[in-house]
Amino acid sequence: MNEKPDKLIDKKGIRLDGRKADELRPLKLQVGVLPNADGSAYIEHGKNKILAAAYGPREMHPKHLAQADRMVLRCRYHMAPFSVQERKSPAPSRREVELSKVIKEALEPALFLELYPRTGVDVFVEVLQADGGTRCAAITAAALAIADAGVPMKDLVVACAAGKIDDTVVVDLFDAEDKLGAADVPVAYMPNLNAVTLLQMDGILAPDEFEKAINMAMEGCKVIYQMQKEALKTKYMVVKEAEE
Amino acid sequence: MPTFFEKKQLVTPGELLAEGDYLPGENTFVEAGKIYASRIGLVDSENKKVNVVALRAFYVPKTGDIVIGTVIEVGFNGWTVDIKAPYTAMLRASDVLSRPFKPQNDELSAVLNAGDLIVAKIASYDRAHDPQLTVGEPGLGKITRGQILHVTPTKIPRVIGRKGSMISMIKQESNCQIILGLNGVVLVTGKNLEDEELAISAIRKIEEESHTSGLTDRITQLLKEKKPTQPKVEENKVE
Repeated sequence: MNEKPDKLIDKKGIRLDGRKADELRPLKLQVGVLPNADGSAYIEHGKNKILAAAYGPREMHPKHLAQADRMVLRCRYHMAPFSVQERKSPAPSRREVELSKVIKEALEPALFLELYPRTGVDVFVEVLQADGGTRCAAITAAALAIADAGVPMKDLVVACAAGKIDDTVVVDLFDAEDKLGAADVPVAYMPNLNAVTLLQMDGILAPDEFEKAINMAMEGCKVIYQMQKEALKTKYMVVKEAEE
Repeated sequence: MPTFFEKKQLVTPGELLAEGDYLPGENTFVEAGKIYASRIGLVDSENKKVNVVALRAFYVPKTGDIVIGTVIEVGFNGWTVDIKAPYTAMLRASDVLSRPFKPQNDELSAVLNAGDLIVAKIASYDRAHDPQLTVGEPGLGKITRGQILHVTPTKIPRVIGRKGSMISMIKQESNCQIILGLNGVVLVTGKNLEDEELAISAIRKIEEESHTSGLTDRITQLLKEKKPTQPKVEENKVE
């Protein structure tokens, strides 16, 4: 898709990749994929392929970063050089530093930071293949990795984007739609507590479109949340079934 | 005042468990009067208390716990010990030497060196201070022989069994001494390797199948099945 297509969505409401406006990309989630990490998860969200690993709570290094009254969450979002068409320099870019911060802040409200003062939890997100909406997929996977590490959580955090392509509000934008579309609204959400932990917007939307986009993204989150729970349970069910 | 779970149901963090007249137990929290799970685990309720038995957790130090740790650093007046918790523990030299400690007379690395394993008790721990260890009781101190294995800390109670039934059975059947560190580290010391292997295989099985019922019977069976191989080994030695 190197040339700009005339239309991102056709008259019948079918998008470039064949989806309808309110349709998510196919999703695959797996928990406990990295035995060396305390907790880990892998997500395939459309063409996105992302690994997340969580470590801790453990002593903070360097020590001066530790907080006397709470646990510190550190996130590192990184894209592999081969994750995109043009080789990406492995050094952290401005965008990656920002996404690391955004992911950290989206996950923090789900943790009981005050329970383990002076410690740190490290989350590493490695994007192996990117196709738009990596921050959302990264948050979904990172939350699973933290839960798998046995860190107490208020809820799993799940993220999904919505946006506007041509004149239609759609859910879960992929790379081309993200770049050529009018707006992109990623939302991270804790469904059980009904709390939004991340809300960004890139582009321009009318107030009613914005509201529609948020609602669509949250609906998407709820669907992904079910799969997230299922993935987490599957890891621990395997043992149970093997015996029966 | 409803509950939203069946007994022994697998729940994920954030799952709503109960509302109203219930008390939050282990691995749960209250938000706006409702009880939610905070870890992946199996729900259970006792009287009015809702508990989640975590399938994945880490060890949090508690005063009085027996733990098994690795010395990671020899310091000026004590040792830093890794006890597989979010915090590293300190063991003071004066505690080990049982006499006043003088840096000019005593060479600490001769007593305990980095890499040594110790059985110790947590003497003190709170939010503001890292745990302090003590070895000043019988049965505590440096480990000189045996095998170490790691178990998820939440599964230690299952290895112990009801009133210690499980662990005493394993000890008896395998002729091994077993020390369970509450931090999930287990020390198995037997007369020979076969005894130790038997005890270890039993503990591994408990860890894998900890959340199923009828486990004691299956462990008894496992121990009985594997045991007959031992006399043969001894016979060979006699020949």
